[in-house]
Amino acid sequence: MAQAKSAAGGSRGASTRTRKSRTSSPPKNNVAELLPYYRDMLLIRRFEEKAGQMYGMGLIGGFCHLYIGQEAVVVGMQAAIGKGDKVITSYRDHGHMLACGMDPKGVMAELTGRIGGLSKGKGGSMHMFSREKDFYGGHGIVAAQVPIGTGLAFANKYNGSQEVSLTYLGDGALNQGQVYESFNMASLWKLPVIYIIENNKYAMGTSVTRAAAGTSLFQRGAAYGIPGEEVDGMDVVAVHAAAEKAVKHCRSGKGPYILEMKTYRYRGHSMSDPAKYRTKEEVNKMRQEHDPIDHLRATLLEMGLDEDELKGIDKEIKAIVTDAADFAQSSPEPDPSELYTDILVEA
Amino acid sequence: MSVQILMPALSPTMTEGKLATWMVKEGDTVSAGDVIAEIETDKATMEVEAVDEGVIGKILVEAGTENVAVNTPIAVLLEEGEDASAADAAPAAAPAAEPAPEPAPAAEAPASAPAAPAAKATASDEDKYFDKVQTQTIREALRDAMAEEMRNDERVFVMGEEVAEYQGAYKVTQGLLQEFGDKRVIDTPITEHGFAGLAVGAAFGGLKPVVEFMTFNFAMQAIDHIINSAAKTLYMSGGQMGCPIVFRGPNGAAARVAAQHSQCFASWYAHCPGLKVIAPYSASDAKGLLKSAIRDPNPVIFLENEVLYGQSFEVPESEDFTVPIGKAKIVREGTDVTITAFSIMVGKALQAAEKLAEEGISAEVIDLRTLRPLDTETIVTSLKKTNRLVTCEEGWATCGIGSEIAALMMEQAFDYLDAPVARVAGADVPMPYAANLEAMALPQASNIVEAAKSVCYRA
Repeated sequence: MAQAKSAAGGSRGASTRTRKSRTSSPPKNNVAELLPYYRDMLLIRRFEEKAGQMYGMGLIGGFCHLYIGQEAVVVGMQAAIGKGDKVITSYRDHGHMLACGMDPKGVMAELTGRIGGLSKGKGGSMHMFSREKDFYGGHGIVAAQVPIGTGLAFANKYNGSQEVSLTYLGDGALNQGQVYESFNMASLWKLPVIYIIENNKYAMGTSVTRAAAGTSLFQRGAAYGIPGEEVDGMDVVAVHAAAEKAVKHCRSGKGPYILEMKTYRYRGHSMSDPAKYRTKEEVNKMRQEHDPIDHLRATLLEMGLDEDELKGIDKEIKAIVTDAADFAQSSPEPDPSELYTDILVEA
Repeated sequence: MSVQILMPALSPTMTEGKLATWMVKEGDTVSAGDVIAEIETDKATMEVEAVDEGVIGKILVEAGTENVAVNTPIAVLLEEGEDASAADAAPAAAPAAEPAPEPAPAAEAPASAPAAPAAKATASDEDKYFDKVQTQTIREALRDAMAEEMRNDERVFVMGEEVAEYQGAYKVTQGLLQEFGDKRVIDTPITEHGFAGLAVGAAFGGLKPVVEFMTFNFAMQAIDHIINSAAKTLYMSGGQMGCPIVFRGPNGAAARVAAQHSQCFASWYAHCPGLKVIAPYSASDAKGLLKSAIRDPNPVIFLENEVLYGQSFEVPESEDFTVPIGKAKIVREGTDVTITAFSIMVGKALQAAEKLAEEGISAEVIDLRTLRPLDTETIVTSLKKTNRLVTCEEGWATCGIGSEIAALMMEQAFDYLDAPVARVAGADVPMPYAANLEAMALPQASNIVEAAKSVCYRA
């Protein structure tokens, strides 16, 4: 069901897929089902490549954490939720925003620190939000989004809604104490929150095996009675299937759920990370054998999809990203008067 | 159309680097994401990836070249079907001709921005409610404030340790569970970092949490969420993501509980933009300001005092009574010296004023009530009358509220000062346990009297 949904302020939407209704059926694995995944993953990939390039040109400052390699996680998860469900993540957030349907122009212009950015240039790469698209950030403190995401679920339950909270965290965040404080309260109060652990194997430069006592991260909720499962995070179909199951669990009032996504980031932790803590062979093996986009492309072609159709999508995505990059460079810097705005809400 | 591939920067501070290796040669076909070259600086080696697909038409900078400036074209990428002659006319891959803009010159920003913007003095009609009053303890006044606001707004809920079944560690939430039920009066585990963050999420999600810290000492566990999550998000979201939340609980020294349980956090929170900070003294202010805090769309730090909970004051009976945030109150008029205080120190300042009156010194006592935004105007007006100022606080003097007021008066009323501002504050030590030492560490009325006399040049 790939219908165009216009993103706010943009001529081209970030995500063409309207979020599903609550009673979504299990994936049928046909071309119509899979093609939107391809498109959404490709948008993230191309967007991030462009962001990396623009960082290299000095157009983007500060920290810039790219999502390349992990696209299947957020795209598969988002396909399982609907309007009103809430999403929150850490600072590796560009992919999540695009998957939520936020305007690529607004995201890119925030990266360049311009007034057209989603936070008017005042948040940057790590701090963007959209109430309209149910995206609650973009948080720069490792694991801070975990209790906040749990609180979004608390609000959902308090309001008597069936909405769920998708709370993304990395394997590094999982060693923060506040994660377990959140697990405890979420399970105690049966809050509708899905903790999605994006295990890309490295917390900055420290591998999971060097940081975690016990590397079955999906079991970290066991002491709190939170069910968890391990998912191939490089396979969007597998992610989506797991997401459907977890969302159903949460909506039925059974409390939180943990999904450990085995994934991989191709780039460094941030742009200034040369990634010397892993071998080129390791990275190349993941890219060549497990790339989520290549894998899906091959599957689609096997199913008989015309290659021209994929090329058409490639072209369309390229144009969206080019537009975003152009906008991000032509949008002016925030007016000096913006320095003292948005500090307090006027009562 | 062919495009130029430019020398990338590894960080915004990098200006040049060595083009170490080409991983491709002219004529090679590349896809987006393929590694095409390696760049070295003194700090790191980084791979350069192709952003577009195409054929490497021409390599413009040889491998091994040192000191290649950022944004120098290093190769030309041809589109499918294009021939190498197009390489010569290739435009930059991204508009290098439009460099990153220079940061706005510092001069454009106000050179001396107000550190803590002064509160706008708003006319208050709080006095008119005092025609019908009842005598209440501060504990009861705070409870009534929460109960009234919970009746008015379904989104308001209270959470914290022992707030429900136990009726509050200091009995401030007495009776709330019975009236509002366990959906809205929530006992948390002992998990300050976690429940503070959870409450911030609930506020982002549209609710209005009142978070009780058993004492503000324990809020240090949660201060990351108070500052980084609650106070800064509105700004970082360009005004989208407000956080209507109240963090409340006893602050400052109790009695004989020693260093980890006896500290004033007023200046910690008053330091931070994005927060409002309140520290009332009387029961009527406690009630009126807590109601205003709960109605406020911003994060509010509400500093109570354990020693004051049982003290009784007259409180207006009307449920419409509120006290505006950001407005100080002159609690005793005088002409010779101005004394500012907040929370428990207001009582000590009033005692000092009595003693000073006996010695012929007329002291004006200002209850600051709100510490951020600070009602600078009321202090300046008073100072213009008395020309002398003593500030009082229980916390440490260093970087304290008194230090801030002294600086503000120097900036805004320098010509009206007939003596240096005197700061009365807690001793610069962790709070001792021994009764005699504890008394020495806490500022007393006698210290205020001495300070007032010294600024009046009276022995």
